Amino acid sequence: MINTDKNYDVIVVGGGHNGLVCANYLAKDGRKVLIVEANDSLGGASATSPLNDEFSVSSCAHWLFQLNPTVASDMGLTKHGLEIAARDLSTIALAEDGNHLTIDGDKLEGAGISDEDRKAFVAFNKQITKFCKLLAGAFNRRAPKLVEGNLTDRITVAKLGLGMKMLGKEDMSDLMRLALINIYDVMEENFENDLLKGAISLDSLLGSHMGPRSPNTVYGYIYRRMGTVFGFNGPAVVKGGMGAVGKAMANAAQASGVDIEVGAAVSKINIDVDRTTGVTLADGRVINAALVVSNADPKTTFNKLVGLGNIETGVARRVKTMRMKGDAAKLHIALDSLPNFTGLTEQQMGQRLVIAPTMNYIETAFNASKYGEYSKAPAMDISIPSIHDATLAPQGKHVMSVIVQYAPYELDGGWNDEKKDAFKQLVIDRITDFAPDLKDKIVASELLTPVDLEERFHIHGGHWHHGEISLDQILMMRPFPGTSQYGTSVDGLYLCGAGNHPGGGVMGLAGHNAAKEIIKRGKSA
Amino acid sequence: MMPHDETMILETPFHSRCLALCEINLWEDWKGYRSAAAYTSVEQEYFAVRSNTGVFDISPMIKYRFTGPDAGAYLNRLVTRDISKIAIDRVAYTVWCDDKGHVMDDGTIFHLAENDYRLCAYARCLDWLMWSAEGFDVTIVDETAEVAALAVQGPTSCAVFKDMGFEGIENLKPFGITRYPFEGSEVMISRTGFTGDLGYEIWIEPALAESFWDALFDAGKLRGIRPIGGAALDMLRTETGFLQAGVDFIPAEEAIRTGRSRSPFELGLGWLVSFDKPVFNGRKALLKEKKEGSRYAFVYLDVDGNKPAEHAFIYAGNKEVGTVTTAAWCPTAKTNVAFAQVDAKYGKVGQELVAEIYYERELKWTRVMAKCTVIEGAVFNPPRKRQTPAPDF
Repeated sequence: MINTDKNYDVIVVGGGHNGLVCANYLAKDGRKVLIVEANDSLGGASATSPLNDEFSVSSCAHWLFQLNPTVASDMGLTKHGLEIAARDLSTIALAEDGNHLTIDGDKLEGAGISDEDRKAFVAFNKQITKFCKLLAGAFNRRAPKLVEGNLTDRITVAKLGLGMKMLGKEDMSDLMRLALINIYDVMEENFENDLLKGAISLDSLLGSHMGPRSPNTVYGYIYRRMGTVFGFNGPAVVKGGMGAVGKAMANAAQASGVDIEVGAAVSKINIDVDRTTGVTLADGRVINAALVVSNADPKTTFNKLVGLGNIETGVARRVKTMRMKGDAAKLHIALDSLPNFTGLTEQQMGQRLVIAPTMNYIETAFNASKYGEYSKAPAMDISIPSIHDATLAPQGKHVMSVIVQYAPYELDGGWNDEKKDAFKQLVIDRITDFAPDLKDKIVASELLTPVDLEERFHIHGGHWHHGEISLDQILMMRPFPGTSQYGTSVDGLYLCGAGNHPGGGVMGLAGHNAAKEIIKRGKSA
Repeated sequence: MMPHDETMILETPFHSRCLALCEINLWEDWKGYRSAAAYTSVEQEYFAVRSNTGVFDISPMIKYRFTGPDAGAYLNRLVTRDISKIAIDRVAYTVWCDDKGHVMDDGTIFHLAENDYRLCAYARCLDWLMWSAEGFDVTIVDETAEVAALAVQGPTSCAVFKDMGFEGIENLKPFGITRYPFEGSEVMISRTGFTGDLGYEIWIEPALAESFWDALFDAGKLRGIRPIGGAALDMLRTETGFLQAGVDFIPAEEAIRTGRSRSPFELGLGWLVSFDKPVFNGRKALLKEKKEGSRYAFVYLDVDGNKPAEHAFIYAGNKEVGTVTTAAWCPTAKTNVAFAQVDAKYGKVGQELVAEIYYERELKWTRVMAKCTVIEGAVFNPPRKRQTPAPDF
């Protein structure tokens, strides 16, 4: 709650996971910190929402696979109630004939996978892990500015450069080559098996507006695999849904002295000429602080909260051109019993299931979205968390959560109930191809399009990553050139969300790095 | 008016009249418009403005119109001056900068009515204006082709207008705007110009351009009215100390090489920068510059001798410290004037510098090292420029 007697040093706009992480570090540094969150729950897109009276589900992100271990241990998340219901899950690439492919770390099983593919996959993983380790060195610190030649920045660049050199000649030239091509070509170079190529491709583009043949997908894949360096050998299911991450983080932040006000939307970040003075809430309350840290995405921050007229044209232009249109929908289904996926045991249904039979299947699905249509045969990432976590559904009943690619934010003619329903039925039909008795078990269902995600989580464009993760929008170019080290052109206004380096996913590093930067700047912040 | 993709060079609404009077057929391209460089002789045209009335067709000037509830706030963010201080029917000279605080252009803002402004610019910048409109409720229209305009400049200009029946025009203050009925429509007259003399600019719909020209020249016949071209105007503006975009500075958007654009302070235009208003483009960078110092200074020089110091290097002792951007012998002030950009630590008023001038006579090149003195500003600055009511000559 807001303590009106307290003169806050910092107001964090938005209690998403990065906001909580950032607030926690700042409070530990001795600052009086207030988080104001528009929704009633904390964690942002790491959320658990009720599906109806009996069921609840992770309503945006549904796997934990990238949480940074330093952040987790600094916050004492386990102590503060974070429980993992299952971890290091396999990914099962579904085949309509039931001859699925199971990807378990380095191991591949089923789908008539060849020995060549098995060997190539081990080598591929080894190389990707090397690239991830290299990047990890730049992830937990601010992105360097290239021009100004600050020592900290030079060290980051030098580390990256040296790291690349240390990869060895072959891996270094591979990285430089691969980073600029697309996952389709990389898959074709390495593997034969369609299910394997499809599953890896899907990982390279989940949440983005890209198809397997789009540039930047290789970086997308490496980004997704960063969890490998952070101790994840596959996705994890959080007990209580992803909202439990937010809860644990909120507990940690409160234990560090952070005040948190939920259900309080910020309508405006107040600015006196070129310095922020605090925020105005939707209910009219004005709260002053020397620093405001926005966990909202960059577009929401500048378009809505700051106002483009209050910043200079060059920056406003960057805000406008930043790419962040979501292309993924979420489907949530409440089930009165576990459906039968052809060829899967209950244990297997508890793994991560993907529908991406071939790369062309995904590319075809993507084609539609390029022209403002939803995919007729979408690609999917399916989780049935209730197999591991009894808190989400009544005994014997289950919830299914599905990430559906592609559902463009800007659908031709806009989304309406009719189109949403048609798309939902289409997606359910498609899953039914793999789980024939699914429809008989549905108790309730909801589809969240990017427009719904935007509304529910206050993310412009419904883009989970707060901005496409692509080479033109990473490192010193994230969120955009000129605003890349968490500070902004408005003095005292900082950004700590996924729109900043290193990027999205429930990772916590953007919040961590933002806090470190603010602490480093000290009085000049 | 024909769009550019169909016409190599456009004609202004006054073209038929300019053509008829352009005895030496000397034309130049002004932002895509055919514009007379000179009609008869440059000196004659120059003296028309200083002694009688000279008429310069300024229709090619880029003109943007801003309307809507945020028009004022929009312009206040765009330019460096405080727009809230420009009353309705007033005009202000200003510059506008990019985020680095470098001058993109200079021009005049006309406050035509509540939430209604016109900006006259040297360069087209609609893309920048549109980018700047994000977050504002403002409508922006390029009305360059929709407004015909003439500069009517010189000591007898007010008298000519009175003879045209524009009663009370003498009471119009410098930078003021007024309107008169003309042939069932209206002519807008502002007391503005680029010559440093008593003078006006008139703004009218293109359909009435020719008949206005005819009426103007009829009325001015006995007061020595004549059309003037770009070359005479260049002498006039030099004498009165006005900077020319593209000559005395490179508009920031057009500068290709790093470091070639300039801030308002570096152009001697710091007086146009108002830090007592909300955020404007370049504010941050300009505040920093003000605190930490500029790279360059813009100076007016009184150069010894009568050789214009065109393109001359400027020295302080033996050290090269800058270059000349504009230079001319100014006939009325009888001064050899140069504008120069020099390193910031030079250029205090009264300081003596040296201009290295090269000139050619019948294929023989001569170099003179002319002494020059930094002067305050315009060498031509007559009281009639400011007097209200305007004097009758």
